[in-house]
Amino acid sequence: MDFGPSDEPVALKILVAGGFGVGKTTLVGAVSEIRPLRTEEVLSDLGIGVDDTDGVERKTTTTVAMDFGRITIREGLVVYLFGTPGQERFWFMWDELSHGALGAVVLADTRRLTDCFPSIDYFEERGTPFIVAVNCFDNSPVYQPEDVRVALDLDPDVPVLNCDVRRRGSAKSVLITLVEHALKKLMASQY
Amino acid sequence: MSDHQWLDDEAGPVVRPYALIRGRTRSSGDTMDLIAMITATGARPSASAALGPEQERILRLTKRAASVADVASDLDLPLGVVRVLLGDLQDQGLISVRQPAANATPRADERVLKEVINGLRAL
Repeated sequence: MDFGPSDEPVALKILVAGGFGVGKTTLVGAVSEIRPLRTEEVLSDLGIGVDDTDGVERKTTTTVAMDFGRITIREGLVVYLFGTPGQERFWFMWDELSHGALGAVVLADTRRLTDCFPSIDYFEERGTPFIVAVNCFDNSPVYQPEDVRVALDLDPDVPVLNCDVRRRGSAKSVLITLVEHALKKLMASQY
Repeated sequence: MSDHQWLDDEAGPVVRPYALIRGRTRSSGDTMDLIAMITATGARPSASAALGPEQERILRLTKRAASVADVASDLDLPLGVVRVLLGDLQDQGLISVRQPAANATPRADERVLKEVINGLRAL
């Protein structure tokens, strides 16, 4: 990629949050080439709530893998997707991830709706634009987005949509809904 | 994980990476955003500064702009380690670092967002 001086590369960051097993990896993988990204932390709270506890208990440092995807919109304009680590003990990572983020997709599973409460609280507090995408699993009951909005006590301007993140078209719609929402908030803040 | 078969679980995953950076965890790379864009400047390393193979790789990877996250993922090294390596390269003037634009913090500008929406539709 060659960038002229007047056309510096622009990189944008979108976060994909939600409880463990809700489909964050699937969503990132459906729209981009997914790659692992490792970070590290000192364990202060040995292994509590870790997805995979094999061998972790005896370590004082561990690596945390995040899902990381890249969508090249055009030369010099790239959108990066980051799947946030699922556990609340990784908040330290969230602060870094959410800094300057374009927005966040909060994935929800209607069978475990409470799993996405911490994510919603987090983005609401920081004023990060976010949407709620309800991932429709095969055997889960399908609810109207408005019912989900009420259950989650969301502000009326937060978009809520049903999706099937295994399908690329559906995953694309989720991201488009988020960027449209971020654009709307940007315009509202300007005028 | 076939690359790592010589490391058993007891070794822990961060031993070798931190040996790479001689145990340091702080550097001028600390403040680099995950999506700060790194570009090799093309300057030649000074004779006294011997670059490690990882730093040589970073310079090759960043002939075209790449983000900190791209570099960490491509090198398969933890972010903290990569930031130290990048900090050293920056101190030597071998890479330039472009933090995400200030305009990306109140969320990029309108034109860029519209471009992203159209780009996503066309995926």
